[in-house]
Amino acid sequence: MQYKMSFGRSVFVAFNYIVLVGFALLCLLPMVHLLAISLSSGTAAAAGFVTLWPVDFTFKAYEYVANKPEFTRSMIVSFQRVLIGVPLDMLLTLLIAYPLSKDARTLSFRRGYIVFFMITILFGGGLIPWYMVIKMTGLLDSIFALILPGAVSVFNVILLFNFFRNLPKEIEEAAYIDGAGHWYTLWKIFVPLSMPAIATLILFTTVGHWNSWFDGIILMNRTENYPLQSYLQTVVVQQGLERMITIQDTALLQEVSNRTNKAAQIFIGALPILLVYPFLQRYFMSGIVLGSVKG
Amino acid sequence: MQAARRKGKKWIRESPLHLMMVPGIILLLIFSYGPMIGVIMAFQRYNVVKGFFGSDWVGLDNFEFILQIPDVRQVFWNTVFIAFMKIVAGLIVPVLLALLLNELRAKYVKRSIQTIIYLPYFLSWVLLAGILIDILSPSEGIVNQLLSWFGIEPIFFLGNEDVFPYMLVTTHVWKEAGFGTIIYLAALTGIDPTLYEAAIVDGANRWRQTWHVTLPGILPIVVLMTVLSLGGILNAGFDQVYNLYNPLVYSTGDIIDTMVYRMGLIENQYSLATAIGLFKSVISVVLIVVSYKLADKYAGYRVL
Repeated sequence: MQYKMSFGRSVFVAFNYIVLVGFALLCLLPMVHLLAISLSSGTAAAAGFVTLWPVDFTFKAYEYVANKPEFTRSMIVSFQRVLIGVPLDMLLTLLIAYPLSKDARTLSFRRGYIVFFMITILFGGGLIPWYMVIKMTGLLDSIFALILPGAVSVFNVILLFNFFRNLPKEIEEAAYIDGAGHWYTLWKIFVPLSMPAIATLILFTTVGHWNSWFDGIILMNRTENYPLQSYLQTVVVQQGLERMITIQDTALLQEVSNRTNKAAQIFIGALPILLVYPFLQRYFMSGIVLGSVKG
Repeated sequence: MQAARRKGKKWIRESPLHLMMVPGIILLLIFSYGPMIGVIMAFQRYNVVKGFFGSDWVGLDNFEFILQIPDVRQVFWNTVFIAFMKIVAGLIVPVLLALLLNELRAKYVKRSIQTIIYLPYFLSWVLLAGILIDILSPSEGIVNQLLSWFGIEPIFFLGNEDVFPYMLVTTHVWKEAGFGTIIYLAALTGIDPTLYEAAIVDGANRWRQTWHVTLPGILPIVVLMTVLSLGGILNAGFDQVYNLYNPLVYSTGDIIDTMVYRMGLIENQYSLATAIGLFKSVISVVLIVVSYKLADKYAGYRVL
């Protein structure tokens, strides 16, 4: 290997670090800034003293949020949604991906099934008919309105059955000769062998359920049924914009503490993902690549 | 007789496979195929009391009416413009980031940077909008504070109709670029190392290696990603726009999806909103089919 860098090379390396570290900071600093605001006193935040480190460190904003019944209630709804929704999504995905991973000789009408599933990706009724169908099923205002309509993700099915197809056929044949049925083969052979792909899907469906806000807003008539992100949308975003338009320097004390409170709520809303993400990262790297770029 | 028995056995052996799919198929019939039937509203003057089957048929009146709304042209143009810029920027930035990351020697630094730049992708637009609204606010936002140190007047980033579309593109890239780099990094690692050795033997420096080996190596995937994104050109990003926009920037920031939402669920113009949505879906389906055909032809990509 070469040990001495040429001048041009060192200029490039410096440039490279500046660009990459710069972009990373752009992704990180806004969140650090908001965290700092959430931990600062209302007056310090209003005066614009807070940059990346809390000023007049205090947990007041978090105390306020924790004592807000709407916030805690919506957080519970979100956890329920993840705990029921993710296992259900995964189960349905597995149960469709397994048969479709067979060839046409093992599964009659395979082509027909595939057309049936693919059509749902291509065509949709649009927002209004979708809303009306859910209304007709009587699910409005129930947590199942947030879970059932999106429970089958055909994209995830495609990713998973492509993974299944790449597993060695011999294992399956050996199990079949030993008398294993399809259910047994799925649970005892395919699922354990597909853990990287399944872990990736679990991460994405968890993030998907946690981050959904729009369905909560239109399918829940009563705000006490809102999941956390829907609640935050009404509190943090809608009010934020109203304030931006009407504001201009009427920095009332009420609004000042509002800013730190909002920051705290945003941060809590992001917290579960910030906690889970580093651990599952190594799975999704391989998982995404397997699913998106084949060959 | 023999054949018949074998056929019967085949069905018994297969039946678990068909049974497995039943729950998923039922859900899709209700929640995906159901709304497709609902599209008939676009050809009706939908009346909530009379329902789907009792409402009056009006043929293409809704579509004619829509074409006469002056805003519709603007909204259509906004949608295509915003989506097109996102496709271009969303292509260039991740490719560049992947190339630069690939040049990093320090493994630990590389991993840390990767981890950080993927992060915004995993946060919802609600949270990111909350953050952006705060830091971009003209009175108390940190960005405008920084600008004021340089003597620049505060900019109302999210309330200025000339700036807003570019803010959408910038923040989109900010959220998505890290994730896009994963795919290009994977493609980079797939390039045959002997090609680099051959290039070095031929006296190529790093720039020439990048130009003649790396870029051609990832070109197929770049083409593929571009072609596939064309199918979604009418999806300019509802989540993002809805959370960032406000009446001040409707003129440049309103897209088809936000218009459908306001018309349908806020103003209860069910039939009109469905008609606009249908119009969008039809164009989208054509674009998606064409883009998949192109992807198959030029990049050998097939979904199944």
